[in-house]
This record gives sequence, structure tokens and C-alpha cells, in this order.
Amino acid sequence: MAAAAAAAAAAGGEAAARDVQRLLVQFQDEGGRLLGSPFDVPVDITPERLQLVCHALLAQEDPLPLAFYVHDAEITSSLGKTLESQAVETEKVLDIIYQPQAIFRVRAVTRCTSSLEGHSEAVISVAFSPTGKYLASGSGDTTVRFWDLSTETPYFTCQGHRHWVLSISWSPDGKTLASGCKNGQILLWDPSTGKQVGRVLAGHSKWITGLSWEPLHANPECRYMASSSKDGSVRVWDTTAGRCERILTGHTQSVTCLRWGGDGLLYSASQDRTIKVWRAHDGVLCRTLQGHGHWVNTMALSTDYALRTGAFEPAEASINAQDLKGSLQELKDRALRRYNLVRGQGPERLVSGSDDFTLFMWSPTEDKKPLARMTGHQALINQVLFSPDSRIIASASFDKSIKLWDGRTGKYLASLRGHVAAVYQIAWSADSRLLVSGSSDSTLKVWDVKAQKLAADLPGHADEVYAVDWSPDGQRVASGGKDKCLRIWRR
Amino acid sequence: MTGMKAKLYHKLHHAEKIQMKKTIKMHEKRNTKQKNDEKTPQGAVPVYLLDREGQSQAKWEVPLPKVRAQGETEVLKVIQTGKRKKKAWKRMVTKVCFVGDGFTRKPPKYERFIRPMGLCFKKAHVTHPELKATFCLPILGVKKNPSSPLYTTLGVITTKLGLVTQRGKVIWGKYAQVTNNPEDDGCINAVLLV
Repeated sequence: MAAAAAAAAAAGGEAAARDVQRLLVQFQDEGGRLLGSPFDVPVDITPERLQLVCHALLAQEDPLPLAFYVHDAEITSSLGKTLESQAVETEKVLDIIYQPQAIFRVRAVTRCTSSLEGHSEAVISVAFSPTGKYLASGSGDTTVRFWDLSTETPYFTCQGHRHWVLSISWSPDGKTLASGCKNGQILLWDPSTGKQVGRVLAGHSKWITGLSWEPLHANPECRYMASSSKDGSVRVWDTTAGRCERILTGHTQSVTCLRWGGDGLLYSASQDRTIKVWRAHDGVLCRTLQGHGHWVNTMALSTDYALRTGAFEPAEASINAQDLKGSLQELKDRALRRYNLVRGQGPERLVSGSDDFTLFMWSPTEDKKPLARMTGHQALINQVLFSPDSRIIASASFDKSIKLWDGRTGKYLASLRGHVAAVYQIAWSADSRLLVSGSSDSTLKVWDVKAQKLAADLPGHADEVYAVDWSPDGQRVASGGKDKCLRIWRR
Repeated sequence: MTGMKAKLYHKLHHAEKIQMKKTIKMHEKRNTKQKNDEKTPQGAVPVYLLDREGQSQAKWEVPLPKVRAQGETEVLKVIQTGKRKKKAWKRMVTKVCFVGDGFTRKPPKYERFIRPMGLCFKKAHVTHPELKATFCLPILGVKKNPSSPLYTTLGVITTKLGLVTQRGKVIWGKYAQVTNNPEDDGCINAVLLV
């Protein structure tokens, strides 16, 4: 407290000499909890000074970089400038909300380091493992390929599917990859040997639209996995026994998207315009969320990134990605801590994008009614993603633009324009500062989210880009498309 | 038949029978369709594009079938001029055309292409395919005549040609495609390209 008072006094002393207006401010964190007591600061205080005060109040050992917001407007140069556009009463105490930013900084990718050929048909899905050590790609030539990232050459080619490999998904511990094909079959692969693990999981009658593993903090063995299919059902599989544990039916049309939440709930979005919330351990339908006017294409949970990376902390990433170390209990604790950090106080939030050009924000554990309706797009929405710190939502649409929305309220922030054809997929960098998007016009674009501008343009693909992914350690971006080659981009 | 003769005869007959069986089997195979298990179809698309087969390509294609190319003799009629009607450098357009607002004819003596006033139109009947409503809208311009670039510059509107019409008070023009033979009907019918 003494250090804080000293910092404030130092700022105050200078200002008094210059005879500047003073204001009472109160620091609050994102959840609304107050930090310390109201402070008297001059109006022209800068964010660096505010950070000093905050650090002293927080009394942490490793100070995190902070961003400050007053009435939803960020303080960039000085408090006074930000308040100029707003009416402020000097008598009342002003609330300044501080947000910790990620310590590490991911650098924008600028160049294509290699173009990996090998697939004989279009590359349809691309995914990095949770630690960023392995890269897997599924293609129309029915194979799944693993690639060695340090030498950027092919590792293994896994045959086994008999039709296009539509979706791939890593288990949260990075030890198994599940891939689903257009015939409705699911196979499991071991990335270190390239061999199939267990039996073929057959059961769906039509193609697989999505795969989702149970989160690490719920079960560190990574045993259960859910799959959604065009036949309208969701199946929960036990991967060690190789059989279907449960079948969840209820949707009348194709299930387009599936997410296994961190609270033990399964969310499934469907072309019948509803989203159903199921309890994972016994398969009971909890809630049906209605509101969309057309097919629901995509969903995102606010804790998605934490569930995907499990116990891996991107801030601790090294140049050579390693496997996760530690006993099952340690992994579980780490994953649980990361999950709680991203989730914050409230329940998980869900955002769904649809063919009716709108997005809805829901709090599915609490309410059947949507929290917010986000309109503005002029064509169907193909993918929506929360940023890893769950503060911003990005939505990619066929109207060639990407829109940014506030992660908590759903308020519109900005539009990112630059693509000349439909934007197919997006991926966030691990520090939530950069966004990469792949589009039908064969380019990828890296956007700086804070400045809301284009950071880098990455042309190079010969045809439409179907899939992009940013590795969780932030070093590489992988993209695959109709021209059958997989490209890796680095700084 | 017995003996050596029989043996030779049977050998010949056996060879013929094999050949006949082969040809019959080939004919049968031709009539039935075999399910091709090995080959996976081309044109792999990701999940989000699977149910959208007809959607994004349709934007760039016009809804009506391809256009027939029209020869010069059909579109341009030779006008013979001169005191003895020997000169034949003038042409008269026989199809419907569009000339803009500020159009003035060249001096008639030097005019090579004659566009008869009777065949010049300013408005077109445009149908919105989804609303199924028809509006009579002024033509902004002729975008393309698929038969020849010359016809585009002349403003010739033949069957199935793109022209621009204005939609209400909103300033953007929209493309529409001509659906009839205007020189036979006396009016231009078009369908809006949405």
C-alpha cells in the first residue's frame, strides 16, 4: 500500500505543480471486484503509471501487463484523452477496469517456410496437437498424415479410411488422434508410431461432422470421446474399450457441431435450428436452445482454448515442443487451474453462428433464452471462435468479412475487411492478440486484433484454403486447401 | 462320330464353347453396373461445404441456358446507298438496341451503323425470380452481348444478354438477363440476377 501511495503521490506531485484537474478512480477487475480504495489521480495520468499503481495494489511477484478500460473505452495515451469523448462527473468515483494481458507475445507469421506435398487430394482438415509438437492433416485421398515440424517433412501416412477424412481431433493429452470420415467411421491413431490404435469405431450411418474429447480436468486418461454426424445422432465412445457408450438422439436433422464443455455438459448444434444441451455422464437432455431461423453451423465455448490445450500452458512453451510431463493427477490439476482461470466467475458462455446471418450468445447452464443476439453479417456465418482469454469473439462469414464482438456482452467491436471471397476458417494465436483467417480466395490474412487492422497478408496457395490452425506454442501456422498442399508459415 | 474324328471335333467344339461363354459374360457385364468399391469420388470438400452443393457457384452463373451465337448477316442488314444504289457500306441493325440518354446520331451521311428509332428501347420488364413480381424499369446500359464485342458497343440487345436496370430509389444497378426475342415481341423481358 505504501508503494501505491508513493506512486500516486509522485504522479500527483507533478500534476499539482501543473495545476491539472484531478479525479477519483476505483480499480475493478473484470468480474466487478474492487481493488483497493478510491485513488485521487490527475486527469493526464498515463497507462504506465496506472500499471505501477495496480501492480503495487495487486502485490504479485511477476507483474502482468495490464490494459485499462473506462466505460468500455481503452485508455491508450492518457486518462484525460479517453474521457474527452465521454461526459464525466468529477464528483463521482470513476471505475477503471483492468485486464491482465498474456505475458508472452506471439509474433505475427510472415513467410511460408515450406509447402508440404504428399496428399493426392484436397486437404480438408488440419490440427496441431495440444502441445504443438505434432501436426496432423486429413484429406480427400482418405489418408491422415503426420508431419515432423522441426524438419518440415512427412512423418507417417495412415491408411485406413475408405472415404474423405472430414474431421480430426486431438485428445487433450496429445497422445491420440481421432479422425472421422464420410462413411461414418472413426479411427484412432498414435502420433509417435503412426499406427492405428484399437478398433474401428463404426456406428454412424452418415458422415461425421464433428469430434470432441472429454476435457482433461474431468478425466486425465482421455478415455471418452463424442462424435456428431449427419444422421442426427451424437455418440459417446469409450476409446479404450472400442465401443459406443451412449447414443444421444433428439435432433431431427444433421448435427453440424459438437462441443464437450468443462462442466460435464455436451452441446450439439444442428440443422434443425436448435442447440441441445446434454448431460455427458448419463445422456439426459437438459435443455434445448431455440432462436435461430436457419441451420446452426458452428458453435464456440468461452473455455474452448483451455479445453483444447489441457494441461499445456502456452506461456511456458519452448522452441522444441515437448510432450506433457507429470503424473495424471498433476496434469489434471494443471488443466483444472487453467480452465478455472479462463472461465472466470460466471458459467461458460456459448456462441452459435447460423445460416440466418446472426449469432446468438447463450449461457446454456443457466437459461434457455439467449444473452445477446449479434447481427450485422450479410451472409451465412461459417465459423465462430472465442479468443483464448475469452474476451473477444471472432466470426468468419461468407460475406468476406470477419467481425469482432465483445466476449462478455456480445457487443459489436469491429469488422475486418480484406478478403475478396468467403472466409472459411479462422484461428487465434495463444496470446489472443493475433487472428489468422483462411479464405476461398486462396490467401491467408493475419489480423492485429488490438489495432483491428491487417498485420500480414499471406498469399501462396493456388486454390481455396480449407483449413487453418495456429500451433498452441505460437510459432507456426499451418494451412491446407484445395491445391492439395499443406503450407507452414512462420515469422 | 467315333474315334479320331470325334476327338478332333470335340476339341474344336470345346474351344468354341469357351469363346462363346466369354463373349456372353462380357455382354452381361456391359448391361449391369458394377459398384466401384475402390475409387473414392473426386472433389473432396470440408464438412462445412458438404450440404452446400449448389450454393456458391450459382452466384456467378446465369440461370438461363447458353446463348446462340448470331452471325453478322442476321443482326446487321446491308443498306444500299448512293445514286445508283451500288454502295453497300451502311448497315442497319435488325435487333432491338439501347442507346443512352445523351445519344445523338452522327450526321446521316457518315453514319455506318443505323439504329432505327422504332427498335430503340429505354425500359425493360424485369422479373424478380424469388418474389415472382415484375417491374418495368429503365435500362442503365448494356453490359455484354455474348455474340460479339461490337454488338456490345452498339448496344444491341439480342436473346439472352445482360443488361443493367435500376431498382427503385436505391442507387445500385443490378444485372438482369434478357429472356425473350425482343424484335419479335416488341418489348424486353428480363429476369433479375440475384
